[in-house]
Amino acid sequence: MSPAIRVARLAKRYGGTQALDGVSLEIAPGEFFGLLGPNGAGKTTLISILAGLARPDAGEAFVMGHDVVRNYREARRALGVVPQELVYDPFFNVRETLRIQSGYFGLKHNDDWIDEIMHHLDLVPHANKNTQALSGGMKRRLLVAQALVHKPPVIVLDEPTAGVDVDLRRSLWAFVSRLNREGHTILLTTHYLEEAEALCGRIAMLKAGRIVALDATRNLLRHTNEHCASLRLDADTLPAEWQARVQREAGGNWRLSFSEYSELEALLAALRGAGVKVLEMQLLEPDLEDVFTDIMKRA
Amino acid sequence: MGRPGAFLVNGLPALFYKEMLRFWKVAVQTVVAPVVTALLYLLIFSHVLEDHVQVYPGVTYTAFLVPGLVMMSMLQNAFSNSSSSLIQSKMQGNIVFVMLSPLSYLEFFLAYLGAAIIRGLVVGLGVWAVTWGFEPFAVAHWGWLLAFSLLSCGVLGALGIIAGIWAEKYDQLAAFQNFLILPLTFLSGVFYSIHSLPAFWQTVSHFNPVFYLIDGFRHALVGQSDTDPWLGLLVAGACFVAISALTLMLLRSGYKLRH
Repeated sequence: MSPAIRVARLAKRYGGTQALDGVSLEIAPGEFFGLLGPNGAGKTTLISILAGLARPDAGEAFVMGHDVVRNYREARRALGVVPQELVYDPFFNVRETLRIQSGYFGLKHNDDWIDEIMHHLDLVPHANKNTQALSGGMKRRLLVAQALVHKPPVIVLDEPTAGVDVDLRRSLWAFVSRLNREGHTILLTTHYLEEAEALCGRIAMLKAGRIVALDATRNLLRHTNEHCASLRLDADTLPAEWQARVQREAGGNWRLSFSEYSELEALLAALRGAGVKVLEMQLLEPDLEDVFTDIMKRA
Repeated sequence: MGRPGAFLVNGLPALFYKEMLRFWKVAVQTVVAPVVTALLYLLIFSHVLEDHVQVYPGVTYTAFLVPGLVMMSMLQNAFSNSSSSLIQSKMQGNIVFVMLSPLSYLEFFLAYLGAAIIRGLVVGLGVWAVTWGFEPFAVAHWGWLLAFSLLSCGVLGALGIIAGIWAEKYDQLAAFQNFLILPLTFLSGVFYSIHSLPAFWQTVSHFNPVFYLIDGFRHALVGQSDTDPWLGLLVAGACFVAISALTLMLLRSGYKLRH
């Protein structure tokens, strides 16, 4: 079976900027895949090439086995893209927008599916509203609906929750997770790393157009050996030799980052020696943000 | 833009329908306003010149003016339809919905061109209808009428696609419209016969392709014109082929649409 997405040695330059520099990647059908990276890392360029909005300078890209340049019709039929920008056509209402979008994909009698998408995205009460009259959240839902009108097996979400309230974020993720359970492949880019950690089975991290990490999310979380301890003490100062190593947190606790537990043991011994009592101690496991920061620092 | 498929069945009707619906939803601005403008031109010019100017023997000035106004309105509105739709879609970012679809560059071209031609024809019919009360006349040559109407709207509709793709801001499109389209249409014999011009300006007028479109259309309606309608058809056909070829080349390359 063809990978849902395959890119090989993909390169793209905009003027003096190398947006993508030999990116190779495979995403299997049914995966929930995260593409992370700082601004300008090349995430949107990669998505633009998959969607046919940009042309690669070198390399190849396939969606469900279809070359995005040579077999662009099949590739685009297999792909639904939710763009990052909140764009809409102010001439039409919600239902017209979805019917027209269906028509672009050659689907003439698609109202049953349009009704179903609108139902799942709570767009039914707004079906006859002009898109201009929709709130930001509703416009975002409409973008998701537009990406789904042709029932694509692969769905790309380019920062779909940027500027979105908590309720919409939750309902959007519930809906996207359902689509994933039903077999759709999801490619997600987001700056909300906790979302990626909770949803994505595998993650690629991009920096300056190159993949700097690519692994299952659980493996990436094990990747860093940085640990953290938060301590509440009965004193306001630390033994002199630890003052540079331990940071004071906003709530008054002390925070130690360490890679070996022996470092924590040494701190506790020093505190005991100085007569400082530990009132409370919490060990914090690294999250994706720590991993991301660590990888970006080292890459 | 992708390559055209084996046959044109998929997205073309939807994009054409969307473009039609777009201008029809604002028909007051896109159809009624240009008809009223043409009517005002007719009222003013025919009132001032009716008793003073006779361009062709046996043809009143109003009968001379009406075909020019109908054609000028068709040309300007065919251009406006494709150019304004594209620049708005680009500025608002919703062009992405078309770009993400499996439409080929040829389907894209035909949909925008088709809607531009229809808008030009609808406005032309509107102008003709309201001027009917002033100058009802039987069409001299239906074949020429159809040929010049379609080709003229086609030429300006395709030019509108080029302008809409090229322009990155509304003022760039306005410059294209005000410094190219408007002079070409106004200085093409809408209000006068080029035979009334000095020899130099007559020669210059013969280099304006819009002159042949208006002259040919006038021949279709009143049966008289400044040049042979076959020459006009040749110029109109050549312009249509050349501008369409350039438009298709731009669309195929993805110029200003795909990075």
